[in-house]
Amino acid sequence: MSAPLLTVQDLRVAYPSREATAWTEVVRGVSFSLGRERLGIVGESGSGKSQTGRAILGLTAPGGRVTAQALNFDGIDLLRCPPAERRRLRGRRIAMVLQDPKYSLDPVMAIGAQIVETLQAHQPQPRAQAQARMLDALAQVGIDNPARVARLYPHEVSGGMGQRAMIAMMLIAGPQLLIADEPTSALDVTVQLQVLRILDQLVSQRGMGLVFISHDLRLVASFCDRVLVMYAGKVVEQLDSGRLHEAQHPYTRGLLNCLPRLDAPRHPLPTLDRRPEWLA
Amino acid sequence: MTPALGIAGLGLRVVYNGFTALHDTTLHVAPGESFGIVGESGSGKSTVLRALCGLAPLAAGAVRLLGDGAADAGLPAPGSKGFRRRVQMVFQDPYGSLHPRQTVDRILAEPLAIHRIGDADARIAQALADVGLGHTFRYRFAHQLSGGQRQRVAIARALILEPQVLLLDEPTSALDASVQAEVLNLLEALRARRQLSFVMVSHDLAVVTHLCERLMVMHQGRTVELLASADLAAHRVQADYTRTLMAASAGFQREDPTE
Amino acid sequence: MSGTLHAWLSTDTPASRRQAALGRAYAGWRSFARNRLALLGLGLVAALVVLAMLAGVLAPYDPTVGDLATERLLAPSAAHWFGTDDQGRDILSRLLHGSRITLYVVTLVAVLAAPVGLLVGTAAGYAGGWVDAVLMRITDIFLAFPKLILALAFVAALGPGIENAVLAIAITSWPPYARIARAETLTIARADYIAAVRLIGASPARIVLRHIVPLCLPSVIVRVTLDMAGIILTAAGLGFLGLGAQPPMPEWGAMIAAGRQYVLDQWWVAAAPGAAIFTVSLAFNLLGDGLRDALDPKAAER
Repeated sequence: MSAPLLTVQDLRVAYPSREATAWTEVVRGVSFSLGRERLGIVGESGSGKSQTGRAILGLTAPGGRVTAQALNFDGIDLLRCPPAERRRLRGRRIAMVLQDPKYSLDPVMAIGAQIVETLQAHQPQPRAQAQARMLDALAQVGIDNPARVARLYPHEVSGGMGQRAMIAMMLIAGPQLLIADEPTSALDVTVQLQVLRILDQLVSQRGMGLVFISHDLRLVASFCDRVLVMYAGKVVEQLDSGRLHEAQHPYTRGLLNCLPRLDAPRHPLPTLDRRPEWLA
Repeated sequence: MTPALGIAGLGLRVVYNGFTALHDTTLHVAPGESFGIVGESGSGKSTVLRALCGLAPLAAGAVRLLGDGAADAGLPAPGSKGFRRRVQMVFQDPYGSLHPRQTVDRILAEPLAIHRIGDADARIAQALADVGLGHTFRYRFAHQLSGGQRQRVAIARALILEPQVLLLDEPTSALDASVQAEVLNLLEALRARRQLSFVMVSHDLAVVTHLCERLMVMHQGRTVELLASADLAAHRVQADYTRTLMAASAGFQREDPTE
Repeated sequence: MSGTLHAWLSTDTPASRRQAALGRAYAGWRSFARNRLALLGLGLVAALVVLAMLAGVLAPYDPTVGDLATERLLAPSAAHWFGTDDQGRDILSRLLHGSRITLYVVTLVAVLAAPVGLLVGTAAGYAGGWVDAVLMRITDIFLAFPKLILALAFVAALGPGIENAVLAIAITSWPPYARIARAETLTIARADYIAAVRLIGASPARIVLRHIVPLCLPSVIVRVTLDMAGIILTAAGLGFLGLGAQPPMPEWGAMIAAGRQYVLDQWWVAAAPGAAIFTVSLAFNLLGDGLRDALDPKAAER
């Protein structure tokens, strides 16, 4: 097991509350470390999982306050490094794939142009070479006609293709860590599998670390090595994905049980009994 | 208790700007039955619902209410106020289906005002209680409610006119899993209590088989297969597309990591 | 005491319609009040209203009659704070009485133009098709009318006077409100909550008046407030040309016109009304900016 790629210790993200005198913590002391492996962070809306991912990249919304005992990427202290260095890290060494390519791709630039722009920002090179690498990146994510797709705009391609273009764009500079925030939630279920397979291949081939954020516990468990379950800003359980059935925390067990299943109909469905002590 | 009503769409065709979203689709929902429509985006499933309730213009085909057969001719025609009282819809996006500037009270009072139904105060209180929301929610605005609470208000709004057919357009797809379970249970309980007929659209096979007795699988505006949920659960499917959908729904299977 | 009132208004669980509505208004007020400049604008506008109401009491001299013999073109002094004009009339008194005219013009134009624009715009946006096309072409026609030319035409037809000036301004002011209302309606009409109300059986008139107009209202209000500066200037321009208020009415624009001849030696005759117009226009601009920030629905829901 190599040295951890990412170390997070007691991460806290807070936003000013409406009264403007107090702070509301949306992430309350999250700690984990990540090597070249896949970690899934699961939670419902309001659990703080997306905020955790954004805090790592330094993409917390303005007004938010990020503190941690440690937030290190490959030896670099992310909290204390200058903004210029943070910018250099983003895209080149840490990348993020977001949920809906309609909103995360620039709508007024052709797809190919966006990918080339990303590449040039991190590894300036002659245009012809950048073009060639861009087409190669599109081919790697399973796009059959890269030259044609490169000329299209984001609104002209389907969700699945847009997401694959997003992945190509994010991985083109060869980052070591990828944070994927609900990368397949906006896609049809058949397309989801295709995109996940591509992600699976690329992450394995390049030996990247992956943080997979999602609300879908089963999906995360099948895709990742380890799973972190978050509730109300805290990690309530950490377990290996193979051991999901051994989950201890009632929230995790509740989450597993409350989904309807084709093979095991239950009427009525068991619901989650939210205990106030989980908020502590 | 008013007798249950079913609904039938015969040869429905919907065309938007030259693009045929729905090709000659026929479905029969018997009184008191729960019918599901499954498909991916672009399959036309939501368009069927909108055609049934009159929100989508029909290029061809007809919609009829189905009673017990004897007095069917007297049932209200689509588009009439009587039809509106009997057929209502719950929309998908809880964040877009409630008016941003109206309180829950106002939202629920509107259907009663339009149909000139008296006793509004008591009915609103009862409607809220029926969906499990206490009186503290009555004067809140939409932005003061969570996704699950908003969807409950949407259900209350749909049911306050005491319809007999409820159309559900992906009612839980925008909700967290735990909230989804609560809303599904609520819908099931309401259906049993009020003898409603459901027509439910979803992309999630598990959700739709949980709530519905019969299913229609759609793809690119056409019907692929009609089958019972029990058959789907037991993998007794005919069409290849249905099989593909089932395989995809089973989830991601990771190739064994080499380590 | 104020603590409990604040708590009552900010609660997340209002217990009555009134509490919910007041709470929402309170939240909007707090959002507005965070902007110092907006408060300044509001204060100035409020001061204008108060001064206009009390002009009869506050004005030290008669605004229409002056002493031609001894008081002409006196410089600002303790006796005449802004000096006197070429007819010996105290400029301060004239400004105070003129503020009534300014308010009159601005209010009348807003009351006439905004509802017309709102209704035309929402009807066009909701109905679509040929109704939309016809209404928008009518809007375009009125938008193309230059205000001053139209005022000239009205004066030629109906005679000069402040009412005709107001009519001319109002007729040319409503098209932008129609455009704004239509743009908002196009987005709103696609929302599920409108589909839901349609499904319940609401008539198009009910949907437009009770569900869509309340959502378009904030944008139109902001636009009207920001336009008020322009309306004041247009009225002043008409007065300057002699088309609006007729002498001896102390309309600010007419005062500037009268003071034009003396601007080099007796600058106060034109400068005082000019400063008044500037201040009031600025006040409405600040108020409008503040309202826009406060009424923006995305920010209001915080």
